[in-house]
Amino acid sequence: MQHLIILPVLLPLLTGVALLIHRGGALTLRRTANVLSTIALVVVGVLLVAESTDDAIRYYAVGDWQPPFGIILVLDRLSALMVMLTSVLALGSLLYACAGDDEQGSNFHGLFQLQLMGINGAFLTGDLFNLFVFFEVLLIASYALLMHGGGKARTHAGFHYVALNLLGSMLFLIALGILYGTMGTLNMADMSAVVTTLDTADLGLVKAGALLLLIVFGLKAAMLPLYFWLPRAYAAAPAPIAALFAIMTKVGIYSIIRVYTLIFGEQAGPLANLAQPWVWWLGLATLALGAIGVLSARDMRTQVAYLILVSVGTLLAGIGMHSEAALGALLYYLIHTTLVSGGLFLLVDAIAQQRGKAGARIVQSRTLAQPAILGLMFFAGAIAMAGLPPLSGAFGKAMLLQSATTAQQHWLWPILLGSGLASLIALSRTGSTIFWRASGEKTGVTLGPLRVTGTLMLISCAPLMVAFAGPITAFTQATAAQLLDRDAYVESIIARGDTGGDA
Amino acid sequence: MSLLLIVLLPLLGSLLPSLSSNQRRHQCALLTAAMPLIALLVTLRETPGVIAGEVPRLAFSWVPALGLDLALRLDGLSLLFVLLILGIGLLIILYARHYLSEADNMPRFYAYLMLFMTSMLGIVMADNLILLWMFWELTSLSSFLLIGFWSHQSAARKGARMALAVTGMGGLALLAGLILIGQIVGTFDMQTVLDSRDVILADPRYLPALLLILLGAFTKSAQFPFQFWLPQAMAAPTPVSAFLHSATMVKAGVFLLARLHPALAGSQEWLYLVSLTGLVTMLYGAYFALIKLDLKTILAYSTVSHLGLITMLFGLNSQMAVVAGLFHILNHATFKAALFMTAGIVDHECGTRDIRKLKGLWRYMPMTTALAAITAASMAGFPLLNGFLSKEMMLAETLETPLLGGLAWLIPVLATIGSILAAAYSLRYVRNTFFDGKPRELEKTPHEASFPMRLPVLVLAIVCIIIGLFPAFSATGILTTAADAALTMPAPELHLSIWHGFNLPLLMSAIALIGGFMVYVLRQHLFTFHRQFPSRNSLAIFEGAVQRLVRFTQWGIDTLENGSLQRYMLWVVISALAVSGMSLMGIETLKGELAVQKADPLLIVGAAITCFAGLATAFLHRRRLISLIMLSVVGLMASLAFARFSAPDLALTQLAVEVVTVILLMLALFFLPQKTPKESSASRIVRDVLLAAGFGGVVASLNYALLTRPLNSISDYFLEHSVSGGGGHNVVNVILVDFRGFDTLGEITVLCIAGIGIYKLLNRLRLFMPSSDSEGRPWSPDRYPMILASVSQSLLPMALLVSVFIFLRGHNAPGGGFIAGLVTAVALILMYIAHGVEWAQQRLSFQYQPIAVSGVAIATLTGVGSWAFGYPFLTSAFGHFHIPLIGDVELATAMLFDLGVYLTVVGATLMILANLGKVTTSHRPSKQKEKA
Repeated sequence: MQHLIILPVLLPLLTGVALLIHRGGALTLRRTANVLSTIALVVVGVLLVAESTDDAIRYYAVGDWQPPFGIILVLDRLSALMVMLTSVLALGSLLYACAGDDEQGSNFHGLFQLQLMGINGAFLTGDLFNLFVFFEVLLIASYALLMHGGGKARTHAGFHYVALNLLGSMLFLIALGILYGTMGTLNMADMSAVVTTLDTADLGLVKAGALLLLIVFGLKAAMLPLYFWLPRAYAAAPAPIAALFAIMTKVGIYSIIRVYTLIFGEQAGPLANLAQPWVWWLGLATLALGAIGVLSARDMRTQVAYLILVSVGTLLAGIGMHSEAALGALLYYLIHTTLVSGGLFLLVDAIAQQRGKAGARIVQSRTLAQPAILGLMFFAGAIAMAGLPPLSGAFGKAMLLQSATTAQQHWLWPILLGSGLASLIALSRTGSTIFWRASGEKTGVTLGPLRVTGTLMLISCAPLMVAFAGPITAFTQATAAQLLDRDAYVESIIARGDTGGDA
Repeated sequence: MSLLLIVLLPLLGSLLPSLSSNQRRHQCALLTAAMPLIALLVTLRETPGVIAGEVPRLAFSWVPALGLDLALRLDGLSLLFVLLILGIGLLIILYARHYLSEADNMPRFYAYLMLFMTSMLGIVMADNLILLWMFWELTSLSSFLLIGFWSHQSAARKGARMALAVTGMGGLALLAGLILIGQIVGTFDMQTVLDSRDVILADPRYLPALLLILLGAFTKSAQFPFQFWLPQAMAAPTPVSAFLHSATMVKAGVFLLARLHPALAGSQEWLYLVSLTGLVTMLYGAYFALIKLDLKTILAYSTVSHLGLITMLFGLNSQMAVVAGLFHILNHATFKAALFMTAGIVDHECGTRDIRKLKGLWRYMPMTTALAAITAASMAGFPLLNGFLSKEMMLAETLETPLLGGLAWLIPVLATIGSILAAAYSLRYVRNTFFDGKPRELEKTPHEASFPMRLPVLVLAIVCIIIGLFPAFSATGILTTAADAALTMPAPELHLSIWHGFNLPLLMSAIALIGGFMVYVLRQHLFTFHRQFPSRNSLAIFEGAVQRLVRFTQWGIDTLENGSLQRYMLWVVISALAVSGMSLMGIETLKGELAVQKADPLLIVGAAITCFAGLATAFLHRRRLISLIMLSVVGLMASLAFARFSAPDLALTQLAVEVVTVILLMLALFFLPQKTPKESSASRIVRDVLLAAGFGGVVASLNYALLTRPLNSISDYFLEHSVSGGGGHNVVNVILVDFRGFDTLGEITVLCIAGIGIYKLLNRLRLFMPSSDSEGRPWSPDRYPMILASVSQSLLPMALLVSVFIFLRGHNAPGGGFIAGLVTAVALILMYIAHGVEWAQQRLSFQYQPIAVSGVAIATLTGVGSWAFGYPFLTSAFGHFHIPLIGDVELATAMLFDLGVYLTVVGATLMILANLGKVTTSHRPSKQKEKA
């Protein structure tokens, strides 16, 4: 199918627009439309991943303007993977939201789809300015969704979130101006080709632009010291939105991987791999800080938010390690952490609903209405996030540990293993308080089928990713190899541009 | 395949109990026991082959990237442990059936127990280092659940968490160590690793790897200084202690020492680290076993002591010592599991485990007394029982060791002291509990436990006796096979017998027994001496440490994340400044090749005004209205600059955007607090000024550098193809709606979402509305000034006409949907301002959201339309058509797209402004109205 590549953008856009034209309307119809569209997106994601496995890099020239002149969407293993990951996470969150969270404010379903459009667009686009546009789409949509349901905490956290991200957008524009002003193009493949022919007098300028981009992506990814928006925003967001936000930091991670392997990768002469050292040290710092945050959390939502920060640090350190093995390992870890932390946000909300006034706070309270299933899911989710076997987190971490060089081992091993231990101590405290220290009669509402399905779907990815770890790691390793084969990428886009590319 | 069955059947068994219920307890226990029983039979079927020297192995590739295979082996070492785990496990299932009370959730207990059994079997059968580690951590996790089973008890919860933290930490260290070994050898395959001792010992990474692995083993096997978690884990139900803390979990550490013995042992480091740790632990544990008052705690410390003994044996770098260690693993498992079960019986029947309250129980439970006496005698190393044999082998080995060189005589002496203490605490355990007078202060009258509860103890006691009496017949086979595996070479010939003639070890044994008796008799002196030490509760220490850690991290996080947006922004700006400033410093000359344009007076004046207005905006920020006006001057100058430098489209857009944003800000001004907050401190002002100036300087430098450099870009292509490919003469517009129409589509989506989002935000907002200014003057009663009303009304049709004109000419001359949309929006907004929301809404009775959304829809569908012609999304088409009366008209699909842009801009802008305006009107439901 020729237009498959653009469907992850168009499908949610059309659904979103259709859902937004009228503010009112039957809720069931909206839910059905949203769920069906998201399921279709999962199918599209699977098809894209299947298509990408032949290692060819395909592109879709929007408006039939060939690269580098028009905007292209590029399908390779990484973009296909990210799109599929987004859709699976979205489906889980959406099912949970359909149990009632969607009624807390207006226009939930339409905005949800537009959010997906923004995320998918960011993963697919092969044009740096277009990436900016999709960053804006996902930022404004996420801000609107963060406000869903209202309340003082959300408004406060949301303001910090949007203000910092708008500052990031401004820096993004400055960086784009610098890069276009020196390289004369914003098509990423074209930039990758141009960067090898740069005049030495321009190198400093390009470097400024490239590093400013790192600030922007680092802000999105929640890298230290740019992470400040994350803990409160994630803790304040409505549960299904917080779950969906698990992919948001990964947009930053993705952009860092893409830009600093494709454009400023191995081949970039004096600018080669200029971001990796920064990312390595800041990633380690983020990891350590995340672990401290996990220990300090007084509230389950905040705790999960800091767990996300731990995973961000892990991923950044993985990028900083700068090897094919590390890249393959971190991509496996990325899939795991996105899905499981999303599931944990849902789970924590479900738990909080059964604890009366105690809510998500980590304090003694009454017995949950469904201690067995919630406890099982919490146990699984906590093990996976702390990186203990037999669940997926352990595999990702073990692969990352293995792929470190001797010099990197000295830093990565103690920090990564130490953060695992900190998470273990913190999560065992939380679990013990919530499930064991509870007393009194069971009260509160039981979870409906939608909430159980949504949460279970995401949490069960942890064991599933273990069972199918062989094929998944094979895919992520091939993805890493493809990312580092920058010539193949450039050739399949620029060379084919003359003959008129077929999507 | 049978290997997989041995591991997986108990895993299946962990699911089966949930089929039953707490009421049907027999059924539940039988269901649970079925799977390990089958697994045991499978193992027994394999046993003759293994003893004959076969090593059944099985391997499936699982995660090649991780070096992880689903690989299992059943060599002699595994066999010994598998038999112990399954055999004792089955006895525990029987015991637990009668031990657990009605209130305990039996299916859950059995499920945890089976999960633990699976992971233990996995450890001993793993044929891959990573797989071993996975099962290793799984034992920590499942034991967490088991120790905390009685979760209503604080001690159980804390004990479980402490055990998890300590063993979990060891597990993480183990992972690091195993990865190092794997990297030295090049594979995680067990056999290859075991065969690579020379490579491993020669590698510089040997020492770190050894330390990390030992950390794992020592934490698991409760070796000094990590022994503290084991006594606290006694909060677990007794079947758990009998299984985990005698036969299995704590044996995992010494199993690892045995398993990796061929690969790691033989060095001086190994000798000293392992054997001395073991020796210290043995003495430490034995001493505290003699001191403690709780039956299970006594047994826990004796376990610590015996594990130390085994560890020491594995450390001695002697083949016979390894055999002795394995033998003692077997013996300790039997007598200690039995002893724990007797302690459980006492607890169950008397309601206490306090040795001060218990006395003379033999009157009430003679059978249990007999069993406890036999097994405790074995623990003490009494002849004719299995404990005697392995203890004597141990003593014999200590005589041979080269450890400590000239001070080597210390080792046997200390080992004998350990044995003396062991004899003493064994005697104390039996005599103080079952003899020595009559019980006092018991909550209930004790009676003999039911037969099924005693049966497991009986079986183990018989095993103790059989091995003790006929060691050659009963133990040699399996022991030799296990030793072969642990040494990866034929073990030294083993002559197990009760009588070796008069020799030094026998003398030491005799000293141990007699000395033990004497220590027991004189124990009160020891207790008195020990009371001088302050008592330390490791649980409280651990909990206190964790809580201090948590408080410290909370302090750290609260200090860092103080909730100030200014601080967060500061970090972003500093980061950006650092990277861009650093890059700029790397440039030799900022100025490029292009000549700088001459400054004419007009430009200078313009620049001066802009600078002045910019500075005024900043300086007058406390007088908001003036500051805002100054800001609008900056915007106006920017649009003039665009016009001056031949960018009419930009100038128009900038102007329109400027108008709309200023109106927006004016509306927002109304809601700001009337009193501005305190001025920042002087140092803060200095900081902010420096930062702002620095950032401005850097951006200006970047601009200067860029503008003075020649640019070779793709924009020429757009100029060339604008007419031929896009059908328009206005390149800017063609870029917006055609070349990069996809960007525009994204941006109008942003605008649309912004409108909807602001509606979402303001919809429920309740703002304080002052009725007067800060000095108490009421707002002007003239809300809708007459002149503005009439002017705006007459302007409206003209403005609309202008916007249509701008829209239509857009493709070829400055203009387009975006600007036209803004013009329309401004005209409509003026109506709101002049007449109020109520008036305007009566006349403009349509919703804005559908307008904005349908704009996006039109633009999207225009793009999708090109699919019908076989082109990619958003491919444009255009042509010249002759329409009668009007003449030649150029129509392009891009115009339809532009219509979408127009509608979105109008809809979204009005949504934002009208909603913000609405917050101020009486329209919004106020509290007074609700009350009325």
